Amino acid sequence: MAEPARLTRQDVAHVAALARLHLSDEELDLYTGQLAQVLDHAADVASLDLAGVAPTAHAMAVINVLRLDEPRPCLDRDEVLGQAPSVEDHRFRVPRILGEAP
Amino acid sequence: MTTPRPAQEIAAMIRAGEDSAVDVLEHHLAVIEAGEESIHAFNLVMGESARHRARAIDAQVAAGEDPGPLAGIPVALKDNLCTRGVPTTCSSRILEGWRPPYDATVVTRLADAGAVIIGKTNMDEFAMGSSTETSAFGTTCNPHDLTRVPGGSSGGSAAAVAAGFAPLALGSDTGGSIRQPAALCGVVGMKPTYGTVSRYGLVAFASSLDQIGPFATSVADAALLFDVIGGHDPLDSTSLNRPTPRVLSVLDEGVDGMTVGVLTEFLDGADPDVVARVNQAAEALAAAGARIEEISVPEVALGLSAYYLIAPGEASSNLARYDGVRYGVRVDAEDTVAMNTATRTAGFGAEVKRRIMLGTYVLSAGYMDAYYNQALRVRTKIIEGFATAYARCDVLLGPTAPTTAFAIGAKVDDPLTMYLSDVCTIPTNLAGHPAISIPFGPGDDGLPIGVQLLGPALSEGTLFQVAAVVEAAAPALRVPRITTGAPS
Amino acid sequence: MTTDWQMVIGLEVHCELKTATKLFCGCPNVFGDEPNTNVCPNCLGLPGSLPVLNQQAVELAMAIGTALHCEIRPSTFHRKNYFYPDQAKDYQISQYDEPINVNGHLDLPDGFRVGIERAHMEEDTGKTSHSGASGRIHGADYSLVDYNRSGVPLVEIVSDPDMRTADQARAYVTELRAILVASGASDGKMEEGSMRVDANVSVRRSVDDPFGTRCEIKNLNSVRSLGRAIEYEAGRQIALIESGERVIQQTRHWDEGAGRTEALRSKEDAYDYRYFLEPDLVPLVPDAEWIRAVGDTLGMMPAARRARLAALLDDAGGMTDAQRDQVATVVDLGLDDLVVVAVAAGVGSGLALARTANEAATDADAARVLDPKSYVELLTLEAQGSLSATQAKSVLADLLAAGGGDPAAIARDKGFEAMSEDSLADTVAQAVADNPDEWSRFCEGDDKLAGFFTGLVMKATKGQANGKAVAAELRRLRG
Repeated sequence: MAEPARLTRQDVAHVAALARLHLSDEELDLYTGQLAQVLDHAADVASLDLAGVAPTAHAMAVINVLRLDEPRPCLDRDEVLGQAPSVEDHRFRVPRILGEAP
Repeated sequence: MTTPRPAQEIAAMIRAGEDSAVDVLEHHLAVIEAGEESIHAFNLVMGESARHRARAIDAQVAAGEDPGPLAGIPVALKDNLCTRGVPTTCSSRILEGWRPPYDATVVTRLADAGAVIIGKTNMDEFAMGSSTETSAFGTTCNPHDLTRVPGGSSGGSAAAVAAGFAPLALGSDTGGSIRQPAALCGVVGMKPTYGTVSRYGLVAFASSLDQIGPFATSVADAALLFDVIGGHDPLDSTSLNRPTPRVLSVLDEGVDGMTVGVLTEFLDGADPDVVARVNQAAEALAAAGARIEEISVPEVALGLSAYYLIAPGEASSNLARYDGVRYGVRVDAEDTVAMNTATRTAGFGAEVKRRIMLGTYVLSAGYMDAYYNQALRVRTKIIEGFATAYARCDVLLGPTAPTTAFAIGAKVDDPLTMYLSDVCTIPTNLAGHPAISIPFGPGDDGLPIGVQLLGPALSEGTLFQVAAVVEAAAPALRVPRITTGAPS
Repeated sequence: MTTDWQMVIGLEVHCELKTATKLFCGCPNVFGDEPNTNVCPNCLGLPGSLPVLNQQAVELAMAIGTALHCEIRPSTFHRKNYFYPDQAKDYQISQYDEPINVNGHLDLPDGFRVGIERAHMEEDTGKTSHSGASGRIHGADYSLVDYNRSGVPLVEIVSDPDMRTADQARAYVTELRAILVASGASDGKMEEGSMRVDANVSVRRSVDDPFGTRCEIKNLNSVRSLGRAIEYEAGRQIALIESGERVIQQTRHWDEGAGRTEALRSKEDAYDYRYFLEPDLVPLVPDAEWIRAVGDTLGMMPAARRARLAALLDDAGGMTDAQRDQVATVVDLGLDDLVVVAVAAGVGSGLALARTANEAATDADAARVLDPKSYVELLTLEAQGSLSATQAKSVLADLLAAGGGDPAAIARDKGFEAMSEDSLADTVAQAVADNPDEWSRFCEGDDKLAGFFTGLVMKATKGQANGKAVAAELRRLRG
């Protein structure tokens, strides 16, 4: 398997934005260095030829876990909203949403 | 200096009315009072509610009722276990003060068994770390040497038990976060087979790896706690719907006829005094009737890299929900995107951010197959490697951590070096297998060393059986000065 | 649109399933409750929460797959990761490359086949409401979120881009809705949002050309809007291309008031959802027995129901265009069983169909729960001539309003009695006598005038006369 390109500052800026994190310029430099190091170490994995090996997503092979369609008690609304940062009209209030969902 | 009383004994005496839950609790609260300022094992000591509960336990006993197998035993809970109405912070600013409106399943099971929750313990932020130094609320100190780390991420729980603050504690283990601090603090710590203990109410770090497990001062007490918390839970789809091993009953069955494989790859990176202890444990097992052989599982060498692709990947998704909308801290801004960003930037520490970004990267388009999916293939290889080993051996033996406790601050600036602490524990998480760390004497520096037993899925009975034999042969470890130890 | 251009249309329909609880938790699946009262750790995305799959949702998803002739396969769930306030976990649990239903089809009433690529399960989001007069996102200072709908089970049905006209798109949605209702999976209420349609539209100059760049249109709240939006969008794209520009792949919002689509975001900057297998769930592998059981209990689908009625009409001599429309109405309203029962009891198919499509349909909800026996009794009275058409309609209205009853007793109470043969003959004779010109034309063969005389007789008897009896009397008089 071909190794992916080395992690760049731009990559880190991109994933930071994707993950809703703001990084200062110093942090961007620092994290890029640190993360690149980790990925270099992980290159031994990326470069292995494992074609034909099935990925294991679940260590224990369980299937068909289902639940009956019966109502269970809901949470107390006051208890829930009491923990919310901002509430109006029994709803969670958020500042202006800029656009539609991606 | 006396060793703490076994939890089993405490519970038995309370149930028999020969001891009072209130007295037991007060004793432990006094120990905490004396030592907590130095150690900082807790984010929250729950004195009032614990007293209330202890009184209720005593009242039950007085009324002729049986409170359960953990009657009156103080138990400390890692602060990523949801406790209704009680702050659950994961040692993160972003959840500072958050009170869950529900209890984790294990918390309910503890309550049903008569336990008294004594407090929420400190941890690496969102369980990401190997030293408890990434906690937003200050680090925990190792009771054996206050300049040393207790290990992580369940450092607070390990330290609490080591210091005599509570006989039992729960932690979580994703890459070694129970076993490694257990080893560094000189207590027993165990990670169950994936799916045997419900994750409902455990704040998720890496969903396919996380498991809740016990800390105790003895194998028997860890078994007692495991038997209480284990078992199918319909609220957790990954919970195994088959009988969970019951371990307390098999503890004394010995190791005669068993084969124990000493895992060479784990010895390779360990300090000489750690290696010496592992060999000593192997000799003790041989003397007790086990067959010892050296075994190699070369695939485990890939574990660290695979783990640092899978765990951050899942974590980046699990931690997306901390967005300032529904709970936790919010840093306000003009629009929602800015608010999410300001909140997460202020609320998360550096290690959490690192792993979120790393995880986002390895999952992103163009890289997922090379990194994340590739790591899942490595996982298959590791499982196959272990399967080959377990065709010859009943259990495997090795160190839990490559060194004794390192100094606070020693590895904090070098993430990669920190990650290497978990090289002996990570492969079991990837395979979903159980493993237990048993204290086995001091290292050259007098600090605790733990040896680790590993077994195939659902082999907890065997593991505990062998662990009991190892424990019996363990060289004495100095009990930390902090403990008053005196029973009431 | 100039005749050489061709539209290519694909439709994505999100259908809310009619389960008692949400997809991954036991909160009630109910529309209209007080905000944030049907919530739990799971659908709020609280730390430590875990999803558990609803068996009934799976069953209904399989019913949809069966009704759409899909292959039902082992499937898995994936996380679709993106931040948005109505997304409680900031990821949606959906199905990605291993969906439960694949490779089906839906036949429009005229026989045209639309391929179904997939129909998979996923969870719904919460609902946001925006401050400010327009209630729309743009211009709002802040928004409020209600998570009652968060986690409600959805099936997303993705068609192949097989449709070529707005009419086909409309017919597809109409038929799909009927199928979803008939399968018990959904109540099909587009206006309540339990069925949401997005259209993918592109154009090309001829069938030999590859597909053009497509745009996705959202906010289509009715079948009518769907048709208008498609026509508008095709026209917009054609105008762009004809003026030398190219169509940009984007998502567009249909503005019903303005009658046009507006760009929302460019799909060229495709969002990276970082799909990965949901580690908190396990694979779903329905066994052959379960799949068969779902198929066995699936009710009769609209196409089969229409065919059933058509067969009845064919037995009676054939189906007119008007009757084809009546059949569609009756099946669409779920009243076809009434027609079948009536015909089986001896009522003529034409009468049974007409009375159901025209009269019973006016209160379809009541008609659906009416005791078929009463209905058949009533129609039989009319068929025998004991009640006139007008009288029968009146009795039916009472039956529907009361939720049932005894037709004969109601008729008696209303004073409806069949006219005696003599008084009928007298009234017909009077009408004939009063209109000699029309009578001679009728005698010469102008059969259409039978209606003229019947109308006069009806008027004279205030609707009491039986139309058939009048017609018979006229013919008798003519000789």
